[in-house]
Amino acid sequence: MSDTAILINIFALGCLIFAFLKDRAKTKQALIIAVKSFFNILPTVIIIIILIGLLLGFVPQQQISRVVGEQAGFLGILAVAFLGSILHIPSLISFPLAAALLKSGASTTSVAVFITTLTMIGMVTLPLEIKELGRKMALLRNGISFVIAILIGLIIGIIL
Amino acid sequence: MKNPADKKKKQKRKMGKDIIFLVFTLLVLVILLSIFPQKQRIVIITMRKFFIEMISILPAITVLIGLFSVFVPKEMVVKYLSKTAGIKAILLGIVIGALPTGPLYVAFPIASALLKKGARISCIIAFLSAWACIKIPQEMVELQFLGLKFMAARLTLTIIFVVIMGIFIEQLIEWSEKNRQIEGGKDDKDI
Repeated sequence: MSDTAILINIFALGCLIFAFLKDRAKTKQALIIAVKSFFNILPTVIIIIILIGLLLGFVPQQQISRVVGEQAGFLGILAVAFLGSILHIPSLISFPLAAALLKSGASTTSVAVFITTLTMIGMVTLPLEIKELGRKMALLRNGISFVIAILIGLIIGIIL
Repeated sequence: MKNPADKKKKQKRKMGKDIIFLVFTLLVLVILLSIFPQKQRIVIITMRKFFIEMISILPAITVLIGLFSVFVPKEMVVKYLSKTAGIKAILLGIVIGALPTGPLYVAFPIASALLKKGARISCIIAFLSAWACIKIPQEMVELQFLGLKFMAARLTLTIIFVVIMGIFIEQLIEWSEKNRQIEGGKDDKDI
């Protein structure tokens, strides 16, 4: 286990002990939810791990870096931003995917843009957002988030 | 109101779909690896590495998801956010948006309730954005796979830009509403 993983487990355990001391019944309920969500997400996790294996095994690195790497330029970043806005995958599994892409030649910028658009913008959920919050607010939020995501990615590319 | 039986059915259907997808990807994997046996080693090594990295934190992550969903009820979110104002409201929106769990579409009805209760637009935007991309269990996964430097940089930048976006959208909507009142709704320009 890596140091980070150990730290995360200690953090979760600490929260669990704290919760248990505060309210036993609620903590039990939380653990039931935890077990359920573990098994709910497990198939998706395995799917993404297989896809990562295939990606790193079969797609040549030059190919990946040509599409989402340093050479891809601004057009590549735009494409990644669009992809992130359209796709509707749980953010939990977007991080291992991002790590795999980073390892195989994607630039930090495109990975940051991908994660940010993926989480902040939802084309699939846009109709619902418009219904609940109104057209103006929903479109402004998604539109500006798109620009922000690209800015964040560009800055991260510069500082990291 | 939520219907628990309906929710359960939906969950089951989603689970079934996930498993069909899983079987399909497994088939693709087996077929590809049997056609290209020279790729077996790298694919299996990669998968094993990512699997170990994921499985060593997944139980902890789901425990955090469970704890947050039980200890941070949605009513609490509305209660705290409908009463504050100014930059404090934006920051509180970010903090409170980062706590509960669930996908973004769960947050829309909450945001809508906040809007009706008179919360600031900037606060609601901050809340939605934080809900979307600063979830604590989610950030643990980012830490594990992308490292502290990447996570810290992305989070800091996101918070800065979300605050600016919140203020900007609020000004814009208030300005356009004022304009509409002045022009008596005759020139109904939507931005």
